[in-house]
Amino acid sequence: MVTETYQTLLSDELNRALINRLQQGLPVCSEPFQQLAEELQTTPAVILERITQFLDCGLATRFGPMFQIERAGGAFTLVATHVDEHRFDEVAAIVNARHEVAHNYRREHWLNMWFVLACEQPQQVACVLDELEKASGCEMLNFPKEQEFYVQLYLPV
Amino acid sequence: MCSSICRSESVLSPLMQRLMQLTQQGLPLHEKPYLQLARQLGVSEQEVLDSLQQMQDSGVIRRIALVPNHYAIGYRFNGMSVWEIDPQQLSAAGARLAASGYVSHCYQRPAKGEQWPYNLFAMVHGTSREQVEELVSRIRTLLGDSCHRHDVLYSSQILKKTGLRLAGTSQ
Repeated sequence: MVTETYQTLLSDELNRALINRLQQGLPVCSEPFQQLAEELQTTPAVILERITQFLDCGLATRFGPMFQIERAGGAFTLVATHVDEHRFDEVAAIVNARHEVAHNYRREHWLNMWFVLACEQPQQVACVLDELEKASGCEMLNFPKEQEFYVQLYLPV
Repeated sequence: MCSSICRSESVLSPLMQRLMQLTQQGLPLHEKPYLQLARQLGVSEQEVLDSLQQMQDSGVIRRIALVPNHYAIGYRFNGMSVWEIDPQQLSAAGARLAASGYVSHCYQRPAKGEQWPYNLFAMVHGTSREQVEELVSRIRTLLGDSCHRHDVLYSSQILKKTGLRLAGTSQ
């Protein structure tokens, strides 16, 4: 059972400390795990082994640089659509097949599918949405970011 | 439309673009991850470090970090809270919300008339639905008269979650 694997991993004090600490960012330096290892009284090898374990079992989805694509000239946008229940899986597959779709969530609302598009060029957004509308037959509502209020996502365990 | 928070667009050097492509899936799991990247790219470790530092300074990289699966670590309930805020008070309301410690992401996005009156979006995470509801009610109090209506859209399934995936050869 996957949940049991997570619970076992989360019952370990070092794992919890690592998950908390690694969410806050590593320094850009030659041996970024060294300082953290000293802080947590372990070794870089152990830290790497634990990160590998987190990723392999799905406790973490990613470890690496978190890009803000707008700053590099690209565009992120949030898109919502209403999908009829009997077509939900079919439309989810159409949407998820696009590499521009980074996350996609089902939500409890009339607008029941919400996904994030990440495009390298802002003008690609309209084009991808148009293609998705044609492929799915669903109207895509575009909710581009107009202003960001900076918060860091931090979920302590 | 751009707020003072936005910075001007950064121009990425060819090395930065290659680093971005190479690390989209994640950093090499190695004691010297940047040396690994440098070897793959045929440049020095220092060049990789300098480029990444510049990208972090300019905001292209927010930080180099672990992204937990929030469901797996116990935050099974995430609500996208959406708020209809008086446009004149939106910036102040957004800043207050962001500073509250109750939300992760917080953005102004366009309302779409009666169909969708909400113009402020903030993610609330909790280990139970009650916890999310409690945070949402505290936000409601915090926003006071500037807020007309609100709603919370709970996620019931992750349909896809990957990092950034750019096409193989960009720009």
